[in-house]
Amino acid sequence: MPRIGVFICHCGHNIASTVDVEKVAEFAKTLPNVVVAAHNMYSCSEEGLGAIRKSIEENKLDRVIVAACTPRTHEPLFRRNCERAGVNKYLFEFVNIREHVSWIHAKEPEAATEKAKMLVAMGVAKAALLEPQEESESSVIPVAVIIGGGISGLAAMSALVSQGIETHLIEKEKQLGGILKDIAVIGPEMKNTKELLDKMIKEIKCSPKAHFHLSSRMTDMQGFVGNFEVTITGDDKCSEKVKAGAIIVAIGGREWTPKGEFGFGKIPGIITQLELEKRLAKGDVPDNAVFIQCVGSRIPGRDFCSRFCCNASIKNALRIIEAKPNAQVTILHRDIMSYGTTAERVYRDAAEKGVRFMRYGLDSLPKIEKHGDGLSVEVFDETLDDVIGMSVDTIVLAVPMVPIENVKDVATQLKVPVDKLGFFLEAHVKLRPIEFATEGVFICGTARWPSQVSECIAQGLGAAAKASIPIREGKVKIEPITTSCNIGKCIACGNCVAACPYQAIEIIETDGKRHAFVTEAKCKGCGNCVAACNNDAMQQKGFTTTQLSAMIDALVKNAMEASQ
Amino acid sequence: MKEKVVVVGGGIAGIQAALDLGDMGFEVHLVEKTPSIGGHMAQLDKTFPTNDCSLCILSPKMIMCADHANITIHTYSEIESISGKFPKFKVKIKEKARYIDLSRCTGCGDCAVKCPVKVPSEYEEGLAKRKAIYIPFPQAVPRKVTIDAANCRMITQKKCGVCKKVCQAGAIDFDQKDKFVDIDASAIVIATGFEMMDMSQVPQFGYGVCKDVVTSLQFERILSASGPTGGHLVRPSDGTEPKNLAFIQCVGSRDAKTHVYCSSVCCMYATKESILAGEHAPNIKTTIFYMDMRAVGKNFQEFVIRAKRNYGVRYVQSRPAKVQPAKEGKGAFVSYEQKGSGGDVASEEFDMVVLCPALVPSASSAQLSQSIGLKLDPDGFLATPDFQNPVDSNMKGIIVCGFSSTPMDIPDSVTQASSAAARVADLISGGAC
Repeated sequence: MPRIGVFICHCGHNIASTVDVEKVAEFAKTLPNVVVAAHNMYSCSEEGLGAIRKSIEENKLDRVIVAACTPRTHEPLFRRNCERAGVNKYLFEFVNIREHVSWIHAKEPEAATEKAKMLVAMGVAKAALLEPQEESESSVIPVAVIIGGGISGLAAMSALVSQGIETHLIEKEKQLGGILKDIAVIGPEMKNTKELLDKMIKEIKCSPKAHFHLSSRMTDMQGFVGNFEVTITGDDKCSEKVKAGAIIVAIGGREWTPKGEFGFGKIPGIITQLELEKRLAKGDVPDNAVFIQCVGSRIPGRDFCSRFCCNASIKNALRIIEAKPNAQVTILHRDIMSYGTTAERVYRDAAEKGVRFMRYGLDSLPKIEKHGDGLSVEVFDETLDDVIGMSVDTIVLAVPMVPIENVKDVATQLKVPVDKLGFFLEAHVKLRPIEFATEGVFICGTARWPSQVSECIAQGLGAAAKASIPIREGKVKIEPITTSCNIGKCIACGNCVAACPYQAIEIIETDGKRHAFVTEAKCKGCGNCVAACNNDAMQQKGFTTTQLSAMIDALVKNAMEASQ
Repeated sequence: MKEKVVVVGGGIAGIQAALDLGDMGFEVHLVEKTPSIGGHMAQLDKTFPTNDCSLCILSPKMIMCADHANITIHTYSEIESISGKFPKFKVKIKEKARYIDLSRCTGCGDCAVKCPVKVPSEYEEGLAKRKAIYIPFPQAVPRKVTIDAANCRMITQKKCGVCKKVCQAGAIDFDQKDKFVDIDASAIVIATGFEMMDMSQVPQFGYGVCKDVVTSLQFERILSASGPTGGHLVRPSDGTEPKNLAFIQCVGSRDAKTHVYCSSVCCMYATKESILAGEHAPNIKTTIFYMDMRAVGKNFQEFVIRAKRNYGVRYVQSRPAKVQPAKEGKGAFVSYEQKGSGGDVASEEFDMVVLCPALVPSASSAQLSQSIGLKLDPDGFLATPDFQNPVDSNMKGIIVCGFSSTPMDIPDSVTQASSAAARVADLISGGAC
C-alpha cells in the first residue's frame, strides 16, 4: 500500500487568510493511503523543507503531496527535497491551492476551503498511482551556434570563443556589425562604433574556434538541448549542417518605416533617425533640425516605448551642435527617457549646450509644412502654454525599433514564442530574461526588446554564459515525463505526428504492424499527442488515463459526500 | 581543482552570478553582509510589470544557492581585505560573530519569542520591531537566528541570557568570536547593490515630520501580506485606510543639489505600487507626480496604461516643491506647480504621501573602492570603463554587476550577473587570443 504524506502550506497569509488550512489538513488525514497530514507556515523555507524530510523519515512515506503555490516556481524545490529524503522525485505531487484557490476566491473563504479539500483529495488519488521515474543523461556537442552578427551576437561570440568553445555565427549580410554599421557614434556614451566593431571582430577572429557563415541564414533546426542540428544556407543556395549543443538568437531588429506620419515620404527634408545617422556618418550635417520623438510608438495600437530613441536623438543633437555651433536643434518629446547615470548627464549636457527640449501632447501633434526651401514646424508647448513656431531644414522622426520581417519564420524554426509585437518571448520576464523556455536556446539583443548598445553587449555576454553551461558540463539531464505509444491500441492514423511541435513522433513498422514511435530525447512532455489520439494509445508518464480518471473519481466521490 | 570565485553581495545580482558561476563549474563563495541572502528584492511585495510575487520567484533561487554543490554562502560576513591580483587574489572574509552555532540552530524561533529586547526591523524598514535575536524574514536563507550584539542585553550588560535558557538545540554561544576565512580566488564579482538616500538631505518633502509621509520601500512593506500591517493598506498616523494617495518621483534624484542621475526603477515601481494600492482599496484615488514617465522596458507602457485605465491613477507632470503636515499630524499637503496655469501653485491634501527617493550606491561600494583601488564614476557607482566589456571594473579580474555599476531593474541585474559569469570564465580561460 502507498504511504502518502500531505503538507498544506499557509504561504504566510497568502493561503491561510482565505483557506482554513487546519481543516484541510484534518480532511486529508481521512483520505485513503494518507499516513500523515500537516500544515506549515512556509513549506518552501528551510524549516518547512526540513519538516517534510523529517516526516518522510519518521512515517516511512513513499508519496509526498504539497498543497501550496505553483509548480512553475516551486516544483523543482519540493522534488529535490523528496530526493534528499530518499523518495523518487516523481512520487511528488503538487496541489495548487494559492493561484487556483486562495487568490481567486479571496472573498469566499468557506467555499475556498471546500475547493482546497477537493483538490487535495484529487492529488491523493493521483499520488497513489504515481510511478517512480529515472532521469537519463544525454551528452552535449561542445559547439554553439549564434544567429545574427550584430553587436549582441558578436559579444556572445567573443565570450564563447574566449572560453575555447567552438562557435558558428550565421549572418544574413555579407558584413558583420548589424544595424551599427550605419551608426558612427554610439550613445549615450559617445563611443566610436568602427573602433569598437573592428576591435571585437579582430579579437574574435584570432581564435581558431570562431567560424563565420556570412550571407547565410538558418533554414532548419532539429534536435534538443545538447544535440541540435542547424542547417545553414548561403545566398548561393549551398547548405551545410552544423551540430551544436546550444543556440543563441541575436537576430536584432529593424527601424520601423513611417507610414506618412508628419508628411514623411511626401515632404523632402523629413527623415528617420537611421537616415540621419547615415548622413552624419558621411559628414552631411543639417544646419538646423527638429527631432520628433515617439513617431509610431507610444500611440494607441502601438503602445510600446522603444527605449533608446531619446538617447539617440540627444546624441545626434549634440553631434549637430558640435559640427555646427550655430545650429538650432530642438527635440520635441513626450517624456525624455534618459534613464540611469550617463544618459541623464548627457541629457543635461545637451540642454546646457543649447539643445531645446519641448514637450508635446498626443492631442496637439506638431504641425509641419513646406516653407520655401525649408520646413516650418508649429508646436504647442505644454510648459509655456503657447504655440511656438520654427523654421528648419531637417526634421528627424525618432521611430521605434521593431522586429525583423521574417521573425516568425525564425521563431517557427526554433520552436520558440514571440509576443504580440513580434519580439521574442523570454522564459520569465523578470528572472529569466535571456533564456527561452526551450532548453538550450537563448536570446539577446534587440530581437527581445529595443536596448542600448551597452545593454546588448551585456545580454550577449550573459547569453554566452548560459549557453556555455551545458557545454562545460558536457551532459544534460533528460526529462522523463514523456509520452509513449501503446502499440496494441495504435492504428497509425498519424494524428499524434501532426500534433507534436517537436518532431518527436514518427510512424514506424514493427513485426508487420504500423504504429507511432516517440523519440524520448526529443519529447518535451507537452501532452499534445495524448490529446490528439482518438484511441487512447498515447500515454504520458505522470498523466496516464488511469491517474487522471482516479482524480475525477475522487472529486465526484468527495463532492457528493460533502453535499450530503 | 576548481577555480574559486568570490561574489560580494547576496542580492538578486549576486545570487544569479553565483548560480551561473556554480553551474559553470567554479567554486563560488557568496558573501553577504546581512544575516540572509535575498537583498532588496526580498523586501518587495510584487514586481513590475507582471505583479509576480517577489519572494515567490526569488525564494527558489535563494534555496538553489543554498543547495548548490559548488556554492558556499557566507552570510553576516564582510570582505576584510583583498590583496594580490588576477588571477591570484587573496580574499579575507570576516564572518561576524552572530553568537549562534549554525550547525545546531533549527530556526524554530523560540528564542526570538522570549527575547525581551525590541528594536526597529531593517527588513520592515523600521515600520515594525524585531527582537535582538532574530530571523530577518520567514524565507531567510539560511533560516537561522542571529544575535544583534549592539542590542543584546547579555552581550552589552552581562544580564538576561533568556535565549540560551529556552534554546532546546543548545545553539546560543555568547563567547563566539568573529571568524576569518581566507580564499585564494581567481576572480571577484562585486554586486553590492544600492541603498536608499539619506532622507535628511531632502527636508522639504516632510519625511520624519509628517507621519504619513513614507518612502516607497516602506510602502512596499505596507502592501505586503507578510508586512507590518498584515497586508492592510493603512497609514501610519492613525491606522486608517487612506482615501487618496500621492507618489512623488525623483525625490533627491535628477537634482543637481543631491543626485544628478535617474534611479531608473522608480517610475515603474510607483506605477506598480499604485496598482497594488488600487487592488487593496478599490476606491482609492492615486496621483503620481513625475518629471518624465520612464516606462522603457518590455510591457512597461502597457502597465502605465493599465494603471490609468483600470485603477484611475492620475499622472501629473510636475515636480512638487514641498510637502507639509496637514491637520492633527494626519496626512500632508503637497505643493506643486500646475501645468498650463502660468505658474500657479496648487496645494493638495493627501491622506498619505509616498516618496520615491534616489537610490544610491551601497556604502560597501565606497569602502571597497577605497581599500582596493576600484574606481568610482562621478555618481559614486563602481566604474566600468571598458565599453566592450560593460561589467569589467578598472581592475582586471574584478567584475561588477547589477545596481552597483549603474541603476537598473531586476531583469537587467540578472542579465548583468550572467555577463559577469561569462567575463570571469573568459578571463580565467585566457581570452580569444
